[in-house]
Amino acid sequence: MTKKSPARVKPAVAAASGCAWNLRLYVAGRTSKSVTAFENLKRICEEHLSGQYEIEIIDLIEHPQLAKGDQILALPTLVRRLPEPIKKIIGDLSNTQRVLVGLDLRPQA
Amino acid sequence: MPAVNKPSNPPGGIAKCPTGIVGLDQITNGGLPRGRPALLCGGAGCGKTLLALEFVVRGTTQFDEPGVFVSFEEMSDELADNVRSLGFDLDDLVKRKKLAMDYVRLERSEIEESGDYDLEGLFVRLNHAIDSIKAKRVVLDTIETLFSGLSNTDILRAELRRLFRWLKDKGVTAVITAEKGEGTLTRHGIEEYVSDCVIVLDHRIHDQLSTRRLRVVKYRGSAHGTNEYPFIIDEEGISVLPVTSVGLEHAATTARISSGVARLDTMLSGRGFFRGSSILVSGTAGTGKTSLACSFARATCQSGERCLYFAFEESPAQIMRNVRSVGIDLEPFTVGGLLSFHASRPSLYGLETHLAVMHKRIDAFKPSVVIIDPVTNMMTAGLARDARSVLLRLIDYLKGLQITVFMNSLTHDGNTIEQSEVEISSLIDTWLFVRDIELGGERNRGMYILKSRGMAHSNQIREFVLGRQGIELVDVYLGPAGVLTGSARIAQAAKEHALETAGRRDLKRQQAEMLSKRKAFEAQIAALQAQILAQDQATEHLVADTQANVSRGQLERRAMALSRKADSGGGRTNGKESRK
Repeated sequence: MTKKSPARVKPAVAAASGCAWNLRLYVAGRTSKSVTAFENLKRICEEHLSGQYEIEIIDLIEHPQLAKGDQILALPTLVRRLPEPIKKIIGDLSNTQRVLVGLDLRPQA
Repeated sequence: MPAVNKPSNPPGGIAKCPTGIVGLDQITNGGLPRGRPALLCGGAGCGKTLLALEFVVRGTTQFDEPGVFVSFEEMSDELADNVRSLGFDLDDLVKRKKLAMDYVRLERSEIEESGDYDLEGLFVRLNHAIDSIKAKRVVLDTIETLFSGLSNTDILRAELRRLFRWLKDKGVTAVITAEKGEGTLTRHGIEEYVSDCVIVLDHRIHDQLSTRRLRVVKYRGSAHGTNEYPFIIDEEGISVLPVTSVGLEHAATTARISSGVARLDTMLSGRGFFRGSSILVSGTAGTGKTSLACSFARATCQSGERCLYFAFEESPAQIMRNVRSVGIDLEPFTVGGLLSFHASRPSLYGLETHLAVMHKRIDAFKPSVVIIDPVTNMMTAGLARDARSVLLRLIDYLKGLQITVFMNSLTHDGNTIEQSEVEISSLIDTWLFVRDIELGGERNRGMYILKSRGMAHSNQIREFVLGRQGIELVDVYLGPAGVLTGSARIAQAAKEHALETAGRRDLKRQQAEMLSKRKAFEAQIAALQAQILAQDQATEHLVADTQANVSRGQLERRAMALSRKADSGGGRTNGKESRK
């Protein structure tokens, strides 16, 4: 299960360098929550960040050691790596308003 | 204290996982329930984290059980230092894959919640940590911070319940720490989920003196000590001291131990104290209690045994200097390691902590004599009732180990002495009393034995003299003038001596008189005898003369007759003569 994780991550980061928005979604296997989260994320990104984003999915079942780095506790967790600062949103992202606030796409009001 | 090194599996009981923490394994009969989570709760700064950390670290070093320590709060440098000072190098343990540390940071302000989630991430991390080093022990410290980091408590509660079940399934022995709540064991009621073993730590302040205590509230499937036990945190980590009244089962020996004062031994039927007995010396200030204690210490060390001296009033250096002036040199013994001082102010910490510290010292030093000087000062560190209970437990503990305990007790003024100590007198086997005797403008010390269980002992008051050669007990003067001590005793003795000499002189004179009288009589007798002799001689002479005269007369008559030529019948008177 320790199958060379950095090798998989690094190219992704390198590829992301071109994009303004680098998003990482942590999940644990294909659960209904993780599927919902991914679908919700994709929809929101298409609506607000079309063409400027990149989503990386990390399955902790396969790479448990990666959970430590981003301080993952709850799943699913969305981490906004770029633009800085790092932001975290937990849950299946079903509440779009909160996702937008979390991503700084809409001022908190 | 017997260290429980192997997990004990009592028949029918549950398997135990030893913590390696002194005393805790004793209270819990072998440790925490193996393969189950245990809850450790208490207020802030009560030592939860240290205890949990010791559980994991001792597991790896003493029992070869790798452990995972998951911290939800940043570990303080102090704690890391503390662990390092215990001789455990956390970094090294991590490198050798004996220990996995994981710091889980959760900041509510940095996290947005949107929709349904679970704590699978924590499970994944835990699972990974456990599997990577094949951990047998897990600590979650303090998991309740999750409640402040996440807003959805319904999810949290369900997930915690799942977590504890999961830990059980995983077969690890887990310690979960939690903050104490208002009127509940934990702030968020975690005790509902962890029900196999609950331990409460407490840090109480009474009269500005702190005492740490530990109590096993619950231990499913196992007998355990239910009392509150004092514990201490020092450079060796946590020590729980199960000092309780073990009952009255200690063996009684008839072996004796010398008091270090020859006359005192004599007073105690000639051989000193009973080994393993409790001795109390009461007296007002300056009556020589410490000197007596030091004398006992010296005698103990001289016989090659170990003595532990708890000083609550003076520093060891001061005590040694002072008793050197009465000819007791303790320095060779402290250097040689037979005598150990432990000095602390009574107000340093609470009674229970004192007891715990003493207990620990005694365990480490293994003395055959323990001296507490003075025990009364210890009592100022708590309520009298507490003090009695502490002393009772201490004496019980020492008796169980056949250690002789010698306590000094400072008393105040005359009449109240016996009363004030009635509280502890029943715990005492031999009670000596040193008191001032004021007489003739000076103060002297008198000593007597108030009681001494199980031996014939003198009922006499002895004068207690501190000289350059140490302690001496002298007979007091008992005479028509009453009890005399000190100079009065010496004066009285001198007076008696003078009287005696005078008497002797008288006798000699009388003897001489008698002799001369006798001689006079003898002379008289001699004179009288001489007179008798003279008289006798005179009588003899008289008789002889008379006879001589008679015969001369006859001769003369014959001659006359011859000359007259008288015949034999010539005269009547001569007829008789002629017939003859």
